[in-house]
Amino acid sequence: MSGAPDDQVPIAGRDGPSAEGTPRGAADLRFYQTGTFAVGGRLLEQSERTVQSDAERGNAITKGHRACQGCGEALGARYALDAALHAAGGRVIAANATGCLEVFSTPYPESSWRLPWIHSLFANAPAVATGVAAALRAKGRTDVRVVGQGGDGGTVDIGFACLSGMFERGDDVLYICYDNQGYMNTGVQRSAATPPAARTATTEALGRHPGNDFGQGKNAPLIAMAHEIPYVATATVAELHDLEAKVTRAMDFHGPRYIHVLVPCPLGWGSRTAETVLIARLAKESGLFPVFEAVDGRITAVSRIRRQVPVEQYLRRQKRFAHLFDGDGRPDVLERLQAHAERNIARFGLLGEADRAGEIELLDALATGEAGP
Amino acid sequence: MFSVRIHGRGGQGVVTAAELLSAAAFAEGLESQAFPSFGSERMGAPVVAFCRVDERRIRLREPIAEPDAVVVQDPTLLHHVDVFGGLLADGYVLINSARSMDELGLDELRGRHHPERLVTVPASELARARLGRPIPNAALLGALVALTGLISLPALERAIAARFNGAAREGNRAAAGDAFAWTDRLARARESAHA
Amino acid sequence: MREQLEGSQAVARAVARCRPEVVCAYPITPQTHIVEGLSRLVHAGELAPCEFVNVESEFAAMSVAIGACAAGARAYTATASQGLLYMTEALFNASGLGLPIVMTVGNRAIGSPINIWNDQGDAMALRDCGWIQLYASDNQEAVDLHIQAFRIAEALALPVMVCMDGFVLTHAFEPLEVPDQAQVDAFLPPFSPHQVLDPDEPMTIGAMVGPEAFTEVRYLAHAKHLEALELIPRVADEFRSRFGRHSGGLLEPYQSADAKTVVLTLGSVFGTLVEVVDELRERGESIGAVALKCFRPFPMRELREALQGAERVIALERAFSVGVGGIVSADVRAALAGLPVQVNTVIAGLGGRPITRRSLRTLFQEARAGNLGELHFLDLKADVVERELARQKGGGRSGPHAEGVLRDIGAVAAGPV
Repeated sequence: MSGAPDDQVPIAGRDGPSAEGTPRGAADLRFYQTGTFAVGGRLLEQSERTVQSDAERGNAITKGHRACQGCGEALGARYALDAALHAAGGRVIAANATGCLEVFSTPYPESSWRLPWIHSLFANAPAVATGVAAALRAKGRTDVRVVGQGGDGGTVDIGFACLSGMFERGDDVLYICYDNQGYMNTGVQRSAATPPAARTATTEALGRHPGNDFGQGKNAPLIAMAHEIPYVATATVAELHDLEAKVTRAMDFHGPRYIHVLVPCPLGWGSRTAETVLIARLAKESGLFPVFEAVDGRITAVSRIRRQVPVEQYLRRQKRFAHLFDGDGRPDVLERLQAHAERNIARFGLLGEADRAGEIELLDALATGEAGP
Repeated sequence: MFSVRIHGRGGQGVVTAAELLSAAAFAEGLESQAFPSFGSERMGAPVVAFCRVDERRIRLREPIAEPDAVVVQDPTLLHHVDVFGGLLADGYVLINSARSMDELGLDELRGRHHPERLVTVPASELARARLGRPIPNAALLGALVALTGLISLPALERAIAARFNGAAREGNRAAAGDAFAWTDRLARARESAHA
Repeated sequence: MREQLEGSQAVARAVARCRPEVVCAYPITPQTHIVEGLSRLVHAGELAPCEFVNVESEFAAMSVAIGACAAGARAYTATASQGLLYMTEALFNASGLGLPIVMTVGNRAIGSPINIWNDQGDAMALRDCGWIQLYASDNQEAVDLHIQAFRIAEALALPVMVCMDGFVLTHAFEPLEVPDQAQVDAFLPPFSPHQVLDPDEPMTIGAMVGPEAFTEVRYLAHAKHLEALELIPRVADEFRSRFGRHSGGLLEPYQSADAKTVVLTLGSVFGTLVEVVDELRERGESIGAVALKCFRPFPMRELREALQGAERVIALERAFSVGVGGIVSADVRAALAGLPVQVNTVIAGLGGRPITRRSLRTLFQEARAGNLGELHFLDLKADVVERELARQKGGGRSGPHAEGVLRDIGAVAAGPV
C-alpha cells in the first residue's frame, strides 16, 4: 500500500478495532504499522487483510467519479461501503443525502455506484433509509441491509430530525456520517460540525473572534449514544482496518447504528491533497477527534492516542486555521483549542488507563443518565 | 327530511348521540347522515352535532340551520349559546333537565312553537340510575324517539347495542328505555289534560 | 353491503383492502382518524404484511414513503394543510422520481392565521408539485377513489393524492360501502414497480440532471399527466363495471347539458349545490352544475366540451390565489378561451365557513340579475374588513389583523354554527 502506513494499536482485525493488547495469530507481538498486505515484512493472513486489499472487493463506488484530488469523503465512502457489502454478502441498499458525495458520484449521465442507491433530498436520507428498511421488512427480505449516508450538513443540521426519528424508532439502518466539518459542496460554509476557530465562508477569519465561534456545535456521536441505539462509533480515514472493523461490527447488529467518520477536505480545510490521511491521523493523535465505540449508549472501547501531538501540529497544515499563526498569531485561541484536546483526552481516556481517572466513568454515567450535576 | 341538532359540551357524548341516531335510522332502512360541528378536542367546550334522516339519499353537506328538532344535553348552554336558532315552527325541543320549560326561563318558546312538542327530561338522573354516570345522550335519544316517532325504540336499542359493550351497553339501553317511557307518559298526560 | 361508517374509517378500510406494505403517519387534524384506523388494523394483524411507521414529521412521512416505494413496496400516507406544506420538497421529489405513492389529503385551510377547518387551500397550493390530484364529491367517492388511485399511480408511475374535504367528509357518519378484499384484489394487482432498489439489479435513483436533459425529463412528467387524462376515465369505467357505481373520472356533469348557467366546483360542496340546482330548475331556471374530479392533470378538452354550451360559468372555489383571485377559474378560462362564455369566480367556504343553500340561492340570484362581479367572495363581511383596514391606517400598533377581526365580530360564537 503506497502512502503513509496505518498506525495501529495492536492488530485491529475484524474481531474488534481497538482490542487492547489482545494479539492474534501465533506470535504474541504488538504491531504498530500494519499495512494493507503486510506487517513486519511478512504477508498478513488472508483473514487479517483489509477488504480494500481484495481484488474482488465490492467497489461500491467505483472509479470515474468527480471528487477533488485528495477527497477524504470519497475514500471514507469506499472503505465503509465495501466493508458493508462484504459483511452483507453483497446485499446492501444505500440512501444518500444531497451533498458532495452524491454530487460527485452521480455526474449526469454517469453513476459510480455499483450497489442499489437512491438520492432523495438533503434532509431526509435517514427517513428514506427507514422507508427502504420498512419495505424490506414487509417483504420478508431479511437478507438485504440498508445503509443511510450523508455529510455533516445533511446529518447533523438539516437531517437531524430524521436521524433522531430513525434512532428512536429502532429502525434497522446503519447510518454513516462523513464529517468534513462544513458545507463543502456549496462553497465551504459553516455547519454544526465546524470546529471552533475554523474559517469558513460564513465564519471568516476577521475581527476579534476570527473563524467559527467557540461554545457552539453538536457532538453527534454523543447524541446518538443518548438515544441508546445498539452501536455508535467514530473513525477516521487514517485507520483503514479500524474503519472496516467498525462497519463490519455494526453490520452484526440490527436496529439503528451510527458511525461518524472524520474525512478531511483539502479544498475546504486548505490542506495539501497528499496529506488527507496524515491530517486525519493528526486529528486523532492530538486528541481533537476522539475515536471510540459505544454499545447501547455506553462507551465500550477507545482507540488510544499512540503518541500525542500538540494541536498546533494538526492545525498548521490547514489554511482554515492560518489566521492563528499569521503575524503575531492567536496564541490565546491555540491555548483554548489545546484545552479542548486535553478535555477530550481526559473524558474519553485517550491516553490509556492512567488518564481515565473519574472522567470516563462520568462520561458513561452521563450517557446512561445516572449522573448528577 | 328530518333534521336534528344536538347541543352539549365536550365529553357528554353529543357526537355519539348524533351517530347513534343516524345508525338507528339506517337500520330502519332510512338514509341518514351525522356530523359534528368541528373543533379541536377539548372537554367542556360547547359542541354541536347534526343528524339528518330521509327516505332518499342525502346530498346536503351544510350544518343544520333550520332543525326539525333541537336536543339540549346541557342546560347551562341555554341563554349562552343560541341553541334554538332556526328551529322550525312545528319543531321539537328536548332539554336535559329536571326543571320545566318555565323554570328554565323558556316560556317564550311556547308562543312560537307547539307546547306539547317542548319537553324537558331528567336524562342525567335517568342515566345515573342505570349507568352510574350522568351521561345523558342515550336517554335523550330515547326521549326524542318517543317525542317525534322518528324511528322505533327497538331500532335505537339495536344501534346502542352495536355501539357499546358490557355494562355500558345495558346501561345505555335501559336509560333510553326509561326516558322513552317517561316521555311517552308525559305526552299521554298532556293529551288527557287537554282533552 | 352498505354500513354506517365515519368517512375516515371507511377510507382506512378501503386503503387496507389495497394491501399497502408500508403506511407511515404523522398526526394532523383532520386526517388522524384515517391513520388511526390503519394503525389498529396493522396492530391487530388484520392488515399484513404491512409496516406501520410512526414518523417524526410529515416531511419524514413522505420521505419514508419515498424510500419504501423505491424499494418496491406499496406505500401510503395521509396529511392535510400545514403537513402537506411541510412535505413540499418531498412531494416534488416523489413525483420527479416517478414513485407511485398514494396519499389522502383531508383538505384543510393553511395558516396563518391557524385554522383547522375545511377549505382546499392546501392541495391548491401544491397543484404544481407533479402529483395527480383527485377530488371526492362525497364519502363513497372518497372510498372508491383510493382504490382507483393505486391503479392509476402504479400504471403511470406517478404519485396520486386523493383530496377529501376535512371534517365535512372525514368526520361525517353515513351509509358507505367498502368493497370486500376479493373485489379489490381482482381490480388491483400486486405492485409491479418500473424501478426498484434491488441488489440483484443495482440501479442509481436520483442522479443530478443538468441543462442538457432536464427539460426532457420534466416534459416526460407532463406527458405522463396527459396520459393520465386518458387513463383516469378508463379506470373509472372499469370500476363502474366491477363495482356497480359511478365514481371518479375527470368530471361529473349534473343537469348541465342545456343549462345557461353552469356552476363548477370541486369536493363536497357539490352535494349542497345540486340540491339548490334542483330547487331552481323546478322554478324554471336554466342552471346546472359540474363537479371537477380530476384537477391535475387539468381536463382542458373535456371541460371545454362540458361547458361550451353555457352562457355563464360560475367557478365556486374553496381556495384562492392572493393578489389574483381564483385558481381553478384561471384554468377554466384557459379551457374556454375563444368561446363566448362568461366566467365568474366565487370564493367560498374559506377556513371552514359553511356554504349554505341560502347563500347559494342569493348568489345565483345576483348572477341572474347581472350583479355578480368577476371575482366575488361569498358571505364576506365587508363592514368588518373596512373597519380593520381603517384601524390599520390609523397608524401605531394596530396589531395583527386576526386579533382585530376576532375582537370586532366577538370572539365567542353566539350562534350554533
